[in-house]
Amino acid sequence: MTQADAAQAHAPLEPPRVPFWRAGWTKGALWQGALLAAFVWLAWSAVENTAENMRLRGVPTDFSFWWRPAGFDVNQTLIPFSSSSSTYGEAFLVGLLNTLLVAALGVVLATVLGFLIGVARLSTNWIVAKLAAVYVEVIRNTPLLLQLLFWYNAALKPLPNPRQSVALPGGIYLNNRGLFAPEPIFGPHFDWTLWALGAAVVVSLGLRAYGKRLRATTSRRPPMGRIALALMIGLPLLAFLAAGAPLAWSVPELRGFNFQGGVRIYPEFVALLLGLSLYTAAFIAEIVRAGVLSVSHGQSEAAAALGLPRGRALRLVVIPQAMRVVVPPLTNQYLNLTKNSSLAVFVGYPDLVQVFAGTVLNQTGAAVQVISITMAVYLVISLATSAAMNLYNRRMALAER
Amino acid sequence: MFGGAKAMRATALLGAAGRAMGIAAVVLAGAGAAGQALAQDKGGRTLEQVRARGALTCGVNTGLAGFGIPDDKGNWTGLDVDLCRAISAAIFNDPNKVKFVPLTAKDRFTALQSGEIDVLSRNGTWTSSRETDLGLLWAGVNYYDGQGFMVRRKLNVSSAMELSGASICVQQGTTTELNLADFFRSNNMKYEVVAFATSNEAIKAYDSGRCDAYTTDASGLYGERLKLMNADEHVVLPEVISKEPLGPAVRQGDDQWYNVVRWAHFAMLNAEELGVTKANVDDRLKATNPEIRRLLGVEGDFGKGMGLGADWAYRIVKHVGNYGESFNRNVGDGSRLKIRRGLNALWNKGGLQYAPPVR
Repeated sequence: MTQADAAQAHAPLEPPRVPFWRAGWTKGALWQGALLAAFVWLAWSAVENTAENMRLRGVPTDFSFWWRPAGFDVNQTLIPFSSSSSTYGEAFLVGLLNTLLVAALGVVLATVLGFLIGVARLSTNWIVAKLAAVYVEVIRNTPLLLQLLFWYNAALKPLPNPRQSVALPGGIYLNNRGLFAPEPIFGPHFDWTLWALGAAVVVSLGLRAYGKRLRATTSRRPPMGRIALALMIGLPLLAFLAAGAPLAWSVPELRGFNFQGGVRIYPEFVALLLGLSLYTAAFIAEIVRAGVLSVSHGQSEAAAALGLPRGRALRLVVIPQAMRVVVPPLTNQYLNLTKNSSLAVFVGYPDLVQVFAGTVLNQTGAAVQVISITMAVYLVISLATSAAMNLYNRRMALAER
Repeated sequence: MFGGAKAMRATALLGAAGRAMGIAAVVLAGAGAAGQALAQDKGGRTLEQVRARGALTCGVNTGLAGFGIPDDKGNWTGLDVDLCRAISAAIFNDPNKVKFVPLTAKDRFTALQSGEIDVLSRNGTWTSSRETDLGLLWAGVNYYDGQGFMVRRKLNVSSAMELSGASICVQQGTTTELNLADFFRSNNMKYEVVAFATSNEAIKAYDSGRCDAYTTDASGLYGERLKLMNADEHVVLPEVISKEPLGPAVRQGDDQWYNVVRWAHFAMLNAEELGVTKANVDDRLKATNPEIRRLLGVEGDFGKGMGLGADWAYRIVKHVGNYGESFNRNVGDGSRLKIRRGLNALWNKGGLQYAPPVR
């Protein structure tokens, strides 16, 4: 562009004698085109070279392994998976879903914890503030892998074996194989209950809008919240009873080596979730603290002058303004948490890296394909997280004047 | 002013060209190196590379007693390690010109495929797909093994058939993981698998009570049992649920190198069969038995075809010893593992170890 400008600037002094490929936009386009062609050629030859070398080494170069039977088992699966009938492709899905599960829950947990600790660190209560500070400094200054191993061994070792399980109220059992809870088994027409709940939600939303209008026009405040709550409990309950209470519980029972039946939360999952959330929460706490401190002190003073209690001032005045500072670095932490979940392999949690880039890679020998897919998946997850957070950030930024 | 524009154009050009060349250099260097390594492989040049490097790179276990583990002085020891040393002795007349690369089960084949190591001697099971799909070749079987289970004594389990519903710790990326699934499937039993990247993590989880049983190759069970807090509280169940022929693997495409590895193992077997030991090998050079004379290179030159000297087998026995000595020292009576020869006895002593003759 600068060269083109320069050439134009000279035009009145010297009649343009330069051939077309050296002047104007053509020159730029030619160079850009050449560079692009060179880049494409290099990329293509790199791929071609790799494929050729793989072929010569007798290493699989295609993706046909995807449909072959896997032949191994995984303990925690969100979709049905068995060594006898599932393929490597299904193993990939199992790993992916486990990664998404721990990442999604980790993000929620880390955010809640991070906000609490970040605010606690700014507390006027000396003990609370110091405790939060100690938490942040200890957690963020030790390696995550060590923390994961600590949680895994700290979660496992003190728990009793299945025969001496801790019985918790509600038919829940805790032992070193995990947490076992009764699982609801839905009978016929249980969907009535769900439909009733849906209807109650829709009606409540309508009521809320009506209540708002009433308040704006007549300054009357009907107890819409209580009515909505009654609707949301009452309607589904009626439908449930009308359908003949179609709900049974599968209660975990000690049979043989371990509890059978019910739902189970695995210690590997708990260790990974705890480790990731507690670690990331320390960073989020600092981000939140920075955000809150970035809001001018005058804002909280003004809120106090209006008679808002401290808690509400924080929630209604300070936090919304702090969010503008908080969201961009928060995105980084979410991405970190997701990527760090690949440390799962050290605590035996079957995530994408453990199942797919571990066992599947080893059994099929398709290293290049498996690693490429794994990297692409993390890239897609990260880009999607970024996009969502950027969208949210734009919404928050609009509040700025 | 004009000069300024020219200079600007020149720098812009240089910048673009420089960047393009940088990318080209990186990509071509990478591609070129891979191509070169491959070309050398195809020509049967692994041996030449090893000689030029002055050392053999050998992939071994990260730490399995009896097979591949560093001792208290940091020297690598074990049956698999001895094979690496034997190859080194045959090439360099020195058993210590080996660079040991400790590998997890998960990474081992990738390391061999990519050329990071010359030979993988890491209790790897010989299977059809590992040869046909992974592009590898097994040069022999230096330990006939089978998969077994270890449980706590107080569980009062006496057979693997009683393990229905058990949690089982296993190292991932192994045939063990697959055999386990097969065993429980074919016996119609349920189980829970807890897979770890390394055997160390798997055995620790078993020790802490996360699993009812730990499974790996029987030879490994004896070695791993010693790592437990209280070895006597654990028993190895009698069932052997699979065939695990363990041996050294090489990349396909270099037949000469394949022969070097394969015959290093056979030389150790032949030496045992002929009664040639580390101690008496010099004495045996004067033997009249033609088989011994051929093995030790007194008669004929059987190393030449592999690119080795006539005394290749002599060097192996001199520096490392015969198979029986290596077995005894690492996993047999001379070790803490005290594993009986069993299937690994010579063919004429009721075992499976059988080497073709040197002639």
